Amino acid sequence: MRAAARSASARASAHAIVNGPAPELLDRRLLLFTGKGGVGKSTMAAATALLASSIGKRVLLVEVDAKGDIPAQFEHSPVGFTPREIHPGVLAMAMDTEASLQEYLRLNLRVPVIGRIGPLARVLDFVATAAPGVKEILTIGKILWEVREAIEGRADFDMVVVDAAATGHIVAQLGAADAIRELVDVGPLRSQTQWLSELLADPTITAVNVVTTPEEMPVAETIELVDHLRREVNVPLGSVVVNRVLPELFTRGDEETFDALSAPQSRDLLTARVGRGATDVLDAARLAVSMRRIGATHLEHLRQSVDLSLLYVPYLFVRAHGLRVTRMVADALGAELGL
Amino acid sequence: MNARRPGPHAAVTLDQLLAAKEIVVFCGSGGVGKTSVAAAAALGATVHLGGKVLVLTIDPARRLATALGLEGLGNRAHRVPPEVLKAAGIEARGELWAAMLDTKQSWDDLVLRHAPDEVTAYRILENRLYHNLTARFVQSHDYIAMERLFEIHASGEYDLIVIDTPPTRNAIDFLDAPARMADFFGSRLLRWLTLPYRVGGKRGSRVFNVASRPFYQMADRILGSQFLQDIAEFFLNFQSMYSGFVTRAKAVERLLHDKRTTFAVVTTLEAAPLYEAERFCAALLERDFHLGALVLNKTLPDSLRDPDGAAAAAACIDEAGLIADALVEAGDPALADRDRTARVLRTVGESYRNFSVVAMREAELRAELARVPDVVARVPTLADDVSDVEGLASISRYLFHGEAT
Repeated sequence: MRAAARSASARASAHAIVNGPAPELLDRRLLLFTGKGGVGKSTMAAATALLASSIGKRVLLVEVDAKGDIPAQFEHSPVGFTPREIHPGVLAMAMDTEASLQEYLRLNLRVPVIGRIGPLARVLDFVATAAPGVKEILTIGKILWEVREAIEGRADFDMVVVDAAATGHIVAQLGAADAIRELVDVGPLRSQTQWLSELLADPTITAVNVVTTPEEMPVAETIELVDHLRREVNVPLGSVVVNRVLPELFTRGDEETFDALSAPQSRDLLTARVGRGATDVLDAARLAVSMRRIGATHLEHLRQSVDLSLLYVPYLFVRAHGLRVTRMVADALGAELGL
Repeated sequence: MNARRPGPHAAVTLDQLLAAKEIVVFCGSGGVGKTSVAAAAALGATVHLGGKVLVLTIDPARRLATALGLEGLGNRAHRVPPEVLKAAGIEARGELWAAMLDTKQSWDDLVLRHAPDEVTAYRILENRLYHNLTARFVQSHDYIAMERLFEIHASGEYDLIVIDTPPTRNAIDFLDAPARMADFFGSRLLRWLTLPYRVGGKRGSRVFNVASRPFYQMADRILGSQFLQDIAEFFLNFQSMYSGFVTRAKAVERLLHDKRTTFAVVTTLEAAPLYEAERFCAALLERDFHLGALVLNKTLPDSLRDPDGAAAAAACIDEAGLIADALVEAGDPALADRDRTARVLRTVGESYRNFSVVAMREAELRAELARVPDVVARVPTLADDVSDVEGLASISRYLFHGEAT
């Protein structure tokens, strides 16, 4: 597997047209991870936080969809809106738009909210349904608030890593500040969305990373998303992280040997030596080769369609999830970033 | 183990299940292959049951859309040409139809249908909040998909409708969409929020009551009064569609609960999608929907859990040199390079072991599934991408033969 990661790395650097050198990724203050559902966004966000903490940074890891996946990657119990240290150097919080609104009102408008937030939450829910952008602004607003705290040295962490919304939702989330300014003509909300847009647009601060897998739909969505993000929001793009890359089993020469091994006569001989399971073993290798090949065609399509640096994380043949797996992914990412 | 006690007539194969149904809703989390499975089920139904079968897909992969001839059709249904099926070796007794969901178009149709008059309809259609709501708002897809399903079913054109559900953050969301939509338009909150604008008469002026005044004062400070007024105007217009809309949402909900409708949950045997699938099965049963089938997609073959295979893999690794010697001796020139042959033997042995770890994990997760419906189908990882009718046909063969054990 390590060999697979190494060779994947070699391929990646050969094709990388980097938006800024990849290792520099960890120097940014805000790293967002998005991608199609099921590709491993949470894993990548968690692994990136772990990697950053391993080089001495303190990280706030924000879970936007509040599924509870993030603390689980560190074998920690679920966390709430208030950040908690779930691993040395890694703090985590779960986004909660109602809590975010309360905080916003308290800090910015000095509105007394005690006892009020119940009906207010219902109104918020309602307005959010009516006017898309409200929930999004509360989410991205809170995240950027924390980023600003980190930049200005008031926070207990150096950077913010976000397990962000999926492809279908991320453009609305990132564009919320701009969208609000289009809709709201006056008032504090308008003026206060200005600094959000500025932080988001700063390439020394922010990078949006897209997680994908070498499959048709995730690749297609990634290409579309990169295009959308470029056209519709002013947010710098980081890398595309390709998760679950299957190892190349054979070199070209080895593959010919494998084909010969699968021919009836050799197969019989092999069966005589290793038992009737020989067929299972050869079939499994055949399946692995074809799965890898399908993936490779999608990867090639991705490489040709997206001019961002690609980071490859190998498919992990492991039994379970948890901190051990997060560490393996962090190591793979570290190798890709040349750390 | 069964979610429903299997009576003497319990459906045990997919064709039996589909024979008794007019609507099958495929659901599951993103990335599990829902769209392909739904299309394959529709294809299988035309083969096994005949009749006119429609697959309504939400967001098909481009090559699949091309294969089904769906590109650029918007909301229109179209028949997959019999030649295309024949070319893929499929003898269909029935007709396969396919349609895509155009969310924006569907919402516009809905407004045009329910608005009291054309002026109101266009006022809604041109409102910037409406545009936001329909184009950007992810949850609006949930409702509109169900609404379209209702529309197509009511047309009576098809014997069976197979629908693929939109990718939601939470697979359960769309089940509540009709009820939520009805609640929303009937809510006191909405009336309360729009009240000052309704009795104020003149545009822009507002009449507050004691209860709403503090809210408006605060909302004005945060949002600005113009924005709030835009929202209110939008909803005042939208509310004119209230009764039609609510009646419709209730009818949609009844249809989903109808005996003629069943749900099929698609998942892979990976921890996260499976967890979602289990929660989804539980939610369906809790709400008294008919859970008809579970499809375990992209599973690894059972041969990866065969003790003989494990023994052979171990031998390939441990005795690679000796076996290579024997193969060299057997004289195939392609195996003459002893070191290379030994290396390949070790590689295939290790690869088997790697994949068998995953296959065992899958089997364990499968065994731990608490409640499953009567029909469980397993579709193996196919050695090729499903991007054409032939690929769908091979999925459909697995779907219609139950779980291979």
